[in-house]
Amino acid sequence: MPIEVRHLTHCYSSGTPLSTVALDDISFRIEDGEFIGIIGHTGSGKSTLVQHLNGLLKPSSGEVLIDGEDLNGEHTNRRLLRQKIGLVFQYPEYQLFEETVAKDIAFGPKNMGLSSAEIDERVRYAMASVHLDYDKYAERSPFELSGGQMRRVAIAGVLAMQPSVLILDEPTAGLDPRGRDRILSMLEELHASGSVTILMVSHSMDDMARLATRLLVIADGKLVATGTPREIFAQSEMMTSIGLDVPEAVHLCRELRNRGMDIPPDLYRTAELKDAILQLWSRRKEGPAC
Amino acid sequence: MLNNITIGQYYPVDSPVHRLDPRIKLILTIGFIVSVFLAQSFSGYVLLFAFIFFVSRLSRVPFRMLLKGLKPLRIIIILTFFLNLFFTQGENVWVEFWIIRITREAFLQALFYSLRLIFLVAGTSLLTLTTSPVALADGLEILLSPLKKIHFPAHELAMMMTIALRFIPTLLEETDKIMKAQMARGADFESGNLISRARAMVPLLVPLFVSAFRRAGDLAMAMESRCYHGGEGRTRLRSLKLTRADLIACLVVAGFIALVVCSGLFLPF
Repeated sequence: MPIEVRHLTHCYSSGTPLSTVALDDISFRIEDGEFIGIIGHTGSGKSTLVQHLNGLLKPSSGEVLIDGEDLNGEHTNRRLLRQKIGLVFQYPEYQLFEETVAKDIAFGPKNMGLSSAEIDERVRYAMASVHLDYDKYAERSPFELSGGQMRRVAIAGVLAMQPSVLILDEPTAGLDPRGRDRILSMLEELHASGSVTILMVSHSMDDMARLATRLLVIADGKLVATGTPREIFAQSEMMTSIGLDVPEAVHLCRELRNRGMDIPPDLYRTAELKDAILQLWSRRKEGPAC
Repeated sequence: MLNNITIGQYYPVDSPVHRLDPRIKLILTIGFIVSVFLAQSFSGYVLLFAFIFFVSRLSRVPFRMLLKGLKPLRIIIILTFFLNLFFTQGENVWVEFWIIRITREAFLQALFYSLRLIFLVAGTSLLTLTTSPVALADGLEILLSPLKKIHFPAHELAMMMTIALRFIPTLLEETDKIMKAQMARGADFESGNLISRARAMVPLLVPLFVSAFRRAGDLAMAMESRCYHGGEGRTRLRSLKLTRADLIACLVVAGFIALVVCSGLFLPF
C-alpha cells in the first residue's frame, strides 16, 4: 500500500489570532517495504504529519492518497483504512486500559469484528512479535508491568490488527537502553519479514542510522530534505543548521579521518565504522610498523 | 477536537479593572449581585445595564465575550421568560385565548426575571474575565481566612482550586490524545446507541483516570520535596496591597448600589 502525500498543509486553530501553520506544502511518496525515518526538531510538525497518514487529522489543504485512494474523500471508509495503517502514539503505554494484557491487545482485532479464534491467534502473533511470552504475560494486568514491557504491550495492540503500514511516533522515548534495544530489534525483525512498511519518528540519529532505509527531514513544518541516511548524514552542516545532529559514528568517522586514518568518509552506522576500524587495525598489525 | 472549550475564561489584557485587588473585586461582585436583586423598576434595570456596559468598556473586555458567556444559559433564560409569562397572575390582560392568558404584570415579571439572570451571569463573568484564576484563588483564600478560626481549611481550598484549574487544559489535551490513540485501534466514539456509546468510553476513561492519579501522585511528591506542608506559616510571593484605585472602585460600586435602591423608591417607572 504505497502512501502518497501531495501538497499537505495543516493549520492549527485557523481563522483565529492563534493560527499556526504546522505543516507547509509537504509532498512525498512511500513505497511498500521501506523503513522511513522522520526526523526533525521538537515542534517541527512530525507528530502532526503522522496523524494525517491515517486520517486522525484532516489537512487544511492538500491530500493523502493511500493505495491511490484519497484518505479524506467522501466515500472513503476511514475506519477500514486505519486498520491497514497502524499508528503507535508517543508514550503508547498510557492508552492501556484492560484488565489483562491479552484483552488489551485484543481491543483492535475485536473492533475489526474478527471471530474469537482469530482474535486469539492475532494476540499470540502480536505478543510473539514484541517478544512477550504468551503463557507468562497474557493473563497479567498491564498496569503491573515495567515501562518497557507496557510499551511493548501497546505496540502489540497495534500489531494485532496486522497493518500493512506501521507508524511509530518516538517508540523509544523515555526507555532505558535495554528497553530501547528491544523495541529497535523488534522493529528490525518486523521489517526484515517483509510484510510491513514502517515509518518511525525519532530524535535519535543513531536509531535512524541503524534502521531507516530512507529519511524525511522536517523543519518548521517543511520537508527540507529526503534521501538515504548516507546522503542525509553527509550534509552535517544542514543538519546542524536546523537543530539536528548526525549519528555519533559520523562524528567519530570525521574525527578519525582528520587525524589521518584511512577510512571511508561516509560511514554512519556504528557497526560499519567498527568493521572499518578493525580492518585498518589488522592491516597495520600485518604491515610494517609505523 | 476538544480545544474549543475554555474554562475559567480569563481575558488577559491590562486595564484598571484587571489591576484591581482580587479581594475587592470579589466583594464588589457580591455587592453587584445584591444590587441586581434590589432593582425593582425599569430605571433600576437600565442602571444595571449601564453599569455592566461601563465596567466592560473600562476592562477592555469585548462585549461579545460577555455575550458568549451567556450562550450556555440561553435555554434557562428563555424558559424563565416563558414560564413567568404564562403562569404569573395579573389584572391587566393583554392577550387571552384558550388556556393562554398574558397580562402586563406577567410580562414585566418575565422580563425582569430573565434580565436578572442575564445580569447575574454577565457580572460574575466580568469577574472571571478580568481576574486570573490564581489571583482569584488568592483573593478567596484571604477572604475566607477568618473562618480558619473555626477550622475551615481556607488555604487548602484555594490550593485545590488553583491546582484543579491548572490541570483542566492538561487533562483535555490528554483526553484528546487517548481518544486518537484508541481511534487508531479502531475504537468508535460516535455511533451506536446509548449503551454501546457508554461502553465505548471505558477505553478512554480508564487511561485518563490512571494518568490523572499518576499526575496527582507526581505533583504531591514534587510539592512535598519542596517542603510544602499546608498553609501554616506560609508567606506569599506577591502579597496583595490595597491601592487608591481599589478605594475608588469601592466608592463607585457603593454609590451605584445606593442609586439602584433610590431608583426603586423615588422614580415613578
